[in-house]
Amino acid sequence: MKILVMVKQVPDTATRIRVAEGNASIVTDGIKWVINPYDEFAIEEALRIKERLGGEVVVVSAGPQRVEEAIRQTLAMGADRGVHIKTDEALDSHVVAQALAAVARAENFDLILTGKQAVDDDAAQVGPLVAVFLDVPQVTVVLKLEVDAEHQRLVAERELEGSIEVVELPYPAVITAQRGLNEPRYPTLPNIMKAKKKEVRVESLQALGIVPNVKVRTVSLSEPPERPAAKILTGDPVAAAHQLVELLHAEAKVI
Amino acid sequence: MQFDLTPEELMIKDAVRDFADGVVAPGAGHRDETGEVPLDIMQQMGALGFFGIPFSEEWGGTGANTVSYALAVEEIGRVDASLGLGFAAHVSLGCSPVYYFGTPTQKREFLERAIRGEYLAAFGLTEPEAGSDAGGTQTRARRLGDTYHLNGTKIFITNAGHAGYIVATARTSDQSRKISAFIVPRETPGVGVRCDYKKMGMRSSETCEIHFDDVVIPEDHLLGAEDKGFHQFLDILDGGRISIGALSVGVAQAALDASVQYAQQRRQFGKTLSAFQAIQFKLADMAMEVELARTMVLKAAWLKDQHRPYAKEAAMAKLFASETAMRAASEAVQIYGGAGYMHDFPVERYMRDAKLLVIGEGTSEIQRLVIARALLEEHPV
Ligand SMILES: Cc1cc2nc3c(=O)[nH]c(=O)nc-3n(C[C@H](O)[C@H](O)[C@H](O)COP(=O)(O)OP(=O)(O)OC[C@H]3O[C@@H](n4cnc5c(N)ncnc54)[C@H](O)[C@@H]3O)c2cc1C
Repeated sequence: MKILVMVKQVPDTATRIRVAEGNASIVTDGIKWVINPYDEFAIEEALRIKERLGGEVVVVSAGPQRVEEAIRQTLAMGADRGVHIKTDEALDSHVVAQALAAVARAENFDLILTGKQAVDDDAAQVGPLVAVFLDVPQVTVVLKLEVDAEHQRLVAERELEGSIEVVELPYPAVITAQRGLNEPRYPTLPNIMKAKKKEVRVESLQALGIVPNVKVRTVSLSEPPERPAAKILTGDPVAAAHQLVELLHAEAKVI
Repeated sequence: MQFDLTPEELMIKDAVRDFADGVVAPGAGHRDETGEVPLDIMQQMGALGFFGIPFSEEWGGTGANTVSYALAVEEIGRVDASLGLGFAAHVSLGCSPVYYFGTPTQKREFLERAIRGEYLAAFGLTEPEAGSDAGGTQTRARRLGDTYHLNGTKIFITNAGHAGYIVATARTSDQSRKISAFIVPRETPGVGVRCDYKKMGMRSSETCEIHFDDVVIPEDHLLGAEDKGFHQFLDILDGGRISIGALSVGVAQAALDASVQYAQQRRQFGKTLSAFQAIQFKLADMAMEVELARTMVLKAAWLKDQHRPYAKEAAMAKLFASETAMRAASEAVQIYGGAGYMHDFPVERYMRDAKLLVIGEGTSEIQRLVIARALLEEHPV
């Protein structure tokens, strides 16, 4: 099984995000960058499939120099090699998906895995767009994946409101991962050391034949309104409970 | 001059940190209360390659370095000092002697399994009559044919209950300081181990008393050269001090993190504690000392990695970092006030744990002796 995993490097979810001057981007100084958590499920699934069926796991990511670190992290988890589409430009999902699809097209992958969305922009477009560009079937928000290598088919489970949907499809295909698909492993430290020796090929948009024709542009970013300070009720518990009920009713309007 | 960690060092630090936060931290407070040793976590650490960080791949090691090892011990110690102590003792005291002084056969038989985490390794130096003065070892090893017969008692030995082997020091001559080190498999008849000390802190680290009652071990279990044990264990303690320094930085960092958080939440006199200059100064001093301690620990580790002399720097790092941990933990309890005195918050645990750091692997007084001795040797008149 030859598997491509598409990962995005995003700010750590614990980071406090601040809007940069100009209101079109965020302050990146001091941000800790991590692999998008949903993409980690995709990597883990790819590694498990490889452990069962053999093959190769290739990781691709687009972004500036720092992105190489994310690729190295996946190599430390056990991926075999990486492709870094190096670009400093602010791209939209469409262009990124075009570039990723170009990498995918250059080699014949049996399966393309990625997270259901990236936690930074929550666009949830890249997986589906890549499937469209490659003209292969796709299943999104997958909770369970089985590979029937003999018949070249996949069985995937998706969680719907109040039910589980089971779908079946041939591969090559694009699958986007949901939390619950698996529990990503901790990288072993010897694998971290070995990751240094694994190949990370650097690609450019130009070399991939992509003209970065960005259509969706960020006009402005603003911070959400500050939450008012919490109200703390003290004193006699019975009186406080009455007061709480009153507040929940009159102010919070939840009861 | 270069203060950046390498990409591998950073990745090891991050990987250990994730493991510490995800696997180690959740039960740390509970284990402190029960005194339960988390053997399952130690096995996972072995499987992930934590125990092999400073050792070469040839013997199943990770092939990283002392800097990475110090970072790893700090990260574990930050969430659970007891586990950090077990980790540091296993690697620096249990595995290192075999790695540095063992024969290939000894490494294959004992070291590789310890690195994989199949069992723990312990270092038995301290005795009832030989603590700071470890050269005063009274345990005796007598050579009989192709065996050694060991008799004596070791006290306060970390990890001995779950150890596969104990590296034990014993006199091989009636002359003073003629000491040798032996690999004593835990299951050898005559080895008695009891781990029922009631400790102030480091409560979920295993601390044991060991009795050797006519323990017969084959001569090929001698570690290094006969009568050279004294110098060997001084070397081992030098390396171990880096790890206790790193563990101290972890505890101090935890005390600082807890203080910074609490000071911004707790309100008195209509303000958060962090608005009071007296509290700000405490935080500033803690942060400064943590930073200085970490820098010194990493410098000593780096010197060791460069194969340069590092004994004096390791003693300085251990001394400063452990005293920093003690001060930081005590100040953290102070910042928490009455709440800090209660089990409900972890800062009182940090304080109890930190006290071991200024005692174990050579007390603060002994570190000052080591530093002064090196200093006076460097500058004879
Ligand atoms: C939890 C724990 C785990 C341990 N793990 C291990 C282990 O795995 N292996 C092992 O071998 N040991 C271990 N030890 C033992 C530890 O290393 C010793 O306790 C330590 O070295 C001090 O020795 P001592 O307790 O005999 O104190 P003592 O030597 O009796 O010292 C008592 C006091 O006198 C001071 N003092 C002694 N000599 C001098 C001097 N010349 N000048 C000035 N002051 C001096 C000391 O600094 C100290 O303040 C452990 C101890 C503890 C508490």
